[in-house]
Amino acid sequence: MELILALGIGALTGSGVWLLLRPRTFQVIMGLSLLSYAVNLFIFSTGGLRTGAAPVLERGMAGDLALHADPVPQSLVLTAIVIGFATTALFLVLLLAARGLTGTDHVDGKEQER
Amino acid sequence: MSGWINHLTITPIVIPLLAGTLMLLIGERRRPFKAAIGIASALLQLAAAILLLLLADGAIGGTDAAAVRVYRLGDWPSLFGIVLVLDRLSALMLVLTGVLGFAALVFSLAHWQRAGAHFHPLFQFQLMGLNGAFLTGDLFNLFVFFEVMLVASYGLLLHGSGQRRVQAGLHYIAVNLLASSLFLIGVAMLYGVTGTLNLADMARKLGQIPAADRGLLHAGVAVLGIAFVTKAAVWPLNFWLLPAYTAASPPAAAMFAIMTKVGFYAVLRIWTLFFPTDNVDTFLFGADALVWLGLATLAFGTIGVWGAQRLDRVVAFSLIVSSGTLLAAAGFDVPALTAGALYYLLGSTLAASAIFMLIELLERSRLPGEDPAFLEVPREGEPFMAPARSPLDANLDDDEQALIGRAVPAPLVFLSLSFAACALVTAGLPPFSGFLAKTVMLTALLGRYGIEGASAPADVSAWMLLTLLILSGLASMIALVRLGIRYLWTPQGRPRPTLQLIECVPIAMLVTLCIGLLVGASPVLRFTQAAAETLLRPEHYIEAVMSARPVASPSSLIAAP
Repeated sequence: MELILALGIGALTGSGVWLLLRPRTFQVIMGLSLLSYAVNLFIFSTGGLRTGAAPVLERGMAGDLALHADPVPQSLVLTAIVIGFATTALFLVLLLAARGLTGTDHVDGKEQER
Repeated sequence: MSGWINHLTITPIVIPLLAGTLMLLIGERRRPFKAAIGIASALLQLAAAILLLLLADGAIGGTDAAAVRVYRLGDWPSLFGIVLVLDRLSALMLVLTGVLGFAALVFSLAHWQRAGAHFHPLFQFQLMGLNGAFLTGDLFNLFVFFEVMLVASYGLLLHGSGQRRVQAGLHYIAVNLLASSLFLIGVAMLYGVTGTLNLADMARKLGQIPAADRGLLHAGVAVLGIAFVTKAAVWPLNFWLLPAYTAASPPAAAMFAIMTKVGFYAVLRIWTLFFPTDNVDTFLFGADALVWLGLATLAFGTIGVWGAQRLDRVVAFSLIVSSGTLLAAAGFDVPALTAGALYYLLGSTLAASAIFMLIELLERSRLPGEDPAFLEVPREGEPFMAPARSPLDANLDDDEQALIGRAVPAPLVFLSLSFAACALVTAGLPPFSGFLAKTVMLTALLGRYGIEGASAPADVSAWMLLTLLILSGLASMIALVRLGIRYLWTPQGRPRPTLQLIECVPIAMLVTLCIGLLVGASPVLRFTQAAAETLLRPEHYIEAVMSARPVASPSSLIAAP
């Protein structure tokens, strides 16, 4: 499970960074989104991976980290998702504004001369 | 502990939060009402910040006074809940934020508040983010307040719209979103290693980390550091600053002057807390990186200031210079040097903020239809060596020269004097606070390294900082004098600038404070010295946070930590 998660984070980060460095604004926003997914998975993984464990507490069992999943990374991920969602929406609006003002979707506002 | 003093710590966050939320409910047409709320909120924050400063310094509060004050939200024990921590450094930054916020808000009342929607709520949320970032004692909360501050700054940067702002905003947001991702990665790694997010608890546990995990810890701190130095505009991660700050509207740019200092504050806070001098295992991890990054930034900024031909670019580069100076000075981990750097931070931020507002007033005397870059082209040879053209309406003497002794219009006097004062502070020349700050830093450098003390291998960086400090002052002086001549001396036959009183008041306030920093240098320097010493001995901070216990709660219910 660790290997799959690590590969997933790596693939997301790699494609995110590649897209982030592309010249089109839409590619940049996709790159930032992929990167934030990778980061969310990464935060999630710091709590330790476990299958079939109770999310917070189980009836009749002591509150021990060895028995249930660590709730703190989950709450961190939740906050990070909300914040990332809001900033991505803001970036999307800006992307449209830039497209309207400059007439191109190049990140520099003008096409590269070749 | 009396109630109101205890709850005062959270007021710099609650006041703008309430004010901003209230403004959102008020329609866009009732702008004067919003402005009144905004001004009242800024004034209250400033008052609260000053009270907190006095409390942190032990000047008031009597027995309640403590160098490090801890406020637990919801009265949870420190390890479980979120804490706000107030010490001298955070109180100082709160006061600076309060002053700049009030000045920029008053300046915006003249006409910038009408340039777009939702200026006032965004401004309040920006203040809330700044205050929160300075107060929080919890790593994840630091992230949240950074985001509040940044999201508000995205809105403020776009205020007034226009292609240039949108273009600059696109890059600014992309860079900051990337930096926020790095911030989260750093937080997650540190949580994975230490199992806590409370800064004090984390610092306490660093010594017990097994050697196998230490690489992970250092990697986490380094990733976190990259996120912070991106926000502090440290070379080579500062390319976003120039387009963004020069495109922003003046009140927003005046507020942005403190945003790079937040990055510096975060670096200083976490680095001094995690890697104190007396901890052998983690002894000053990253000190060299801080010093050399700071020096590179300082050199980069100096060259930029030297070459820039427009006032907004000069100020933006001078912000980079001050970031570099602060980071390099802090990296040496010498109390006297850090104290000088904090004193320098106050003056340079106030002056940069004032110049951002002055730019608009100076540009106002430009003739209609004139090229905005008219200052870049030296006309008729050297600008101030050009033969004086007689104004058309002047009385001429026998040699066809204008009679000397024309009255200088009052607005021009105000602009010239304020510009001169800000230039002197920025360049670090007497008689203003910049000079004193640089003297303190140079003395500290010479006292520890070089002339008297035994030479250590680290001397190269110390000498480089010494040289670059002086060179950056020279470059700023050259650039600002050149621009002062072009803006204020050589223009002839231009319409006199019309200023509104409400635009002059904030600038005059900031300039007066710069002078006040000099007049009150002794108490201010004593304060920054105490702040630096508190920083460099983090055990008080850790002790204060760890020993904080709920005010009234059955102790039997709380598991002993």
